Amino acid sequence: MEQSIIQLKGLTKRYGDFTAVDGLDLSVYKGEIFGLLGPNGAGKSTTILMMLGLTEPTSGAVHVCGIDSTINPIEVKRRVGYLPDDVGFYEQLTGRENLLYTARLNRLSPHGAARRVDHLLGRVGLQQAAEKKVGKYSRGMRQRLGLADVLVKNPEVIILDEPTLGIDPIGVREFLELIVALSREEQITVVLSSHHLHQVQQVCDRVGIFVAGRLLAEGRVADLSRALFSDKEPFIIEIGVDATGLDNGLGGITAVEKAVRALGHVVSVTAGAGKLRVGSEEDIRAEVARVVVNSGLDLTSLTMKEYGLDDIYTKYFEGGEAYGKIA
Amino acid sequence: MEKLHNTATHWLAKVTGFASQLRTKVREREVHRVIHPFWIIVQKEIADHVRSWRFNVLLFLILLTCFGSLYTSITSLVVELSKSSSADDPFLFLKLFTQSDGSLPPFHVFIGFLGPLLGIGLGFDAINSEQNSGTLSRIMSQPIHRDYLINAKFVAALTVIGVMFFTLGFLVMGFGLFIMGIPPTAAEFLRIIFFLLLSILYVAFWLSLAVFLSIRFRQAATSALTAIAIWLFFTIFYQLIVNMVARAIAPPEMASQEQLLGYQEFISNLMRVVPSQLYTDATTTLLMPSVRSLGPLTMQQAYGAIPSPLPLGQSLLIVWPQLTGLVAATVVCFAWSYISFMRKEIRSR
Repeated sequence: MEQSIIQLKGLTKRYGDFTAVDGLDLSVYKGEIFGLLGPNGAGKSTTILMMLGLTEPTSGAVHVCGIDSTINPIEVKRRVGYLPDDVGFYEQLTGRENLLYTARLNRLSPHGAARRVDHLLGRVGLQQAAEKKVGKYSRGMRQRLGLADVLVKNPEVIILDEPTLGIDPIGVREFLELIVALSREEQITVVLSSHHLHQVQQVCDRVGIFVAGRLLAEGRVADLSRALFSDKEPFIIEIGVDATGLDNGLGGITAVEKAVRALGHVVSVTAGAGKLRVGSEEDIRAEVARVVVNSGLDLTSLTMKEYGLDDIYTKYFEGGEAYGKIA
Repeated sequence: MEKLHNTATHWLAKVTGFASQLRTKVREREVHRVIHPFWIIVQKEIADHVRSWRFNVLLFLILLTCFGSLYTSITSLVVELSKSSSADDPFLFLKLFTQSDGSLPPFHVFIGFLGPLLGIGLGFDAINSEQNSGTLSRIMSQPIHRDYLINAKFVAALTVIGVMFFTLGFLVMGFGLFIMGIPPTAAEFLRIIFFLLLSILYVAFWLSLAVFLSIRFRQAATSALTAIAIWLFFTIFYQLIVNMVARAIAPPEMASQEQLLGYQEFISNLMRVVPSQLYTDATTTLLMPSVRSLGPLTMQQAYGAIPSPLPLGQSLLIVWPQLTGLVAATVVCFAWSYISFMRKEIRSR
């Protein structure tokens, strides 16, 4: 159903004896936000460089927008915007001049360049700082200028390498919101590499997890957690109950425990003083709540814990058994 | 009268209207013109050079020496002019560039000394500063060929140097004309043009060496120091070494003429490995038409020669090996930097 815009097949990059990227197969679909996740040195940046044709793969093929990046990097670079980590600008020039330079390098006329640059500066909220020297910009402003710089060429795909590194939390949120908005409005495919898991989780449609040059898993965050924790409980619901109103307080809880256990998808139930912990395969919050209320107990709280990328991530790194199973 | 005035204003309005129309049309075309990215990079690099402190300091230095040597050459020329013997020297004007009263070296020696500094100054951080500031990977992710950047940097620096040298040369000529009141002949003018072109070529050699070092070394300071070290080695230590070698292999006193000649040839060939020697040889031959040979002349060769200055073509013939040597050295350095830049993997910072 979906059309893949970036296709990697058996991509391998070796530096001497060291294999940075090892037999990578990956597809990114048009219009989605894809997160490349992995620790430092996992081969994320090298993969990105190969996508842009900035470095040659040892073996394997990269196709971006249907063009081979190794053979025809210029055409790829015309369609793909790349924001390197720790993006640099000419400090002695203003933000606007820096963008104009990029625009002119992309064969825009002076008039067209000025219009596009002014529009983009407004879009990323830098019109006030447009005439300031980039040397005086803050980290967050640089990053936003970098995003504008990437958008100057009106790309089909943008690739962001660690875009949120070194920005404060509010800046990160704004920046990610900007990326999502842009992706949705202009139908731009976004590839985002990061080791900040929850940020990626917030914005990405799909993620790929990289370790030591290999793609360990790929898919939606929920699917990944399901695949990983299928033998256990992907969803954990914690309920607080008030049993003081009843004569036999403990009996009430036992009854509820029994009733909950009878529900579908429930894997385990543990009862404590005024507390129930339900592990399940699906989101059954509504059913659990109904059971508790029907039993005559007061429901004081109900929270669900979903496995996040952090858990998935640690799961991959907790070594031996889980790692071996996936890899 | 009234009618005439009316036609005149009418005509004037028409002309100005047409002119402004033309101007807006030109501006319009300018605004919508798409310039090739290569020339965009060249434009930016030239602007960077001209605005940089570094270039302006170098320019100031060279202007100072230029006027200093002009002053000394003119004062000594005035003394010489009063002697009737040199009044009919056909190449008096060229002495502006070569004459000195001894307090300051003449113009061409100064350029030979400061030229390398200029080339190194414009090139030593060409690539590594871009790499260190993170702009290199951003520029390389634009739809341009990789060699545009290095070629454009070279072209931009050469343009700046070329404009500067021609300005200086013409300034010195103009002042000389103004003060001495003797116009240069066509041959002299051509000789000066060739001298300026040669100087640009010489600086281009150092520029390409500096650019190569800027690719080779990540730190701008390292590449600058290395370039200066090479320059110092060639200007000071190499000559010392050659002298030592010369003393070691000096033929005995009773050696034959062929032996002496061969020895002399060998030593001067050793010296000619150095670009600054090539430059000095070439400039002296160009600026002093009386120089007939750069090597030793035997009595047979000199016998019967008329002691008159050489025409420009002959002077050029003498310096042809030097010229090709300089061109070759520049091309080799540039080719090195080109290859190493094309093979470089560009990562951010």
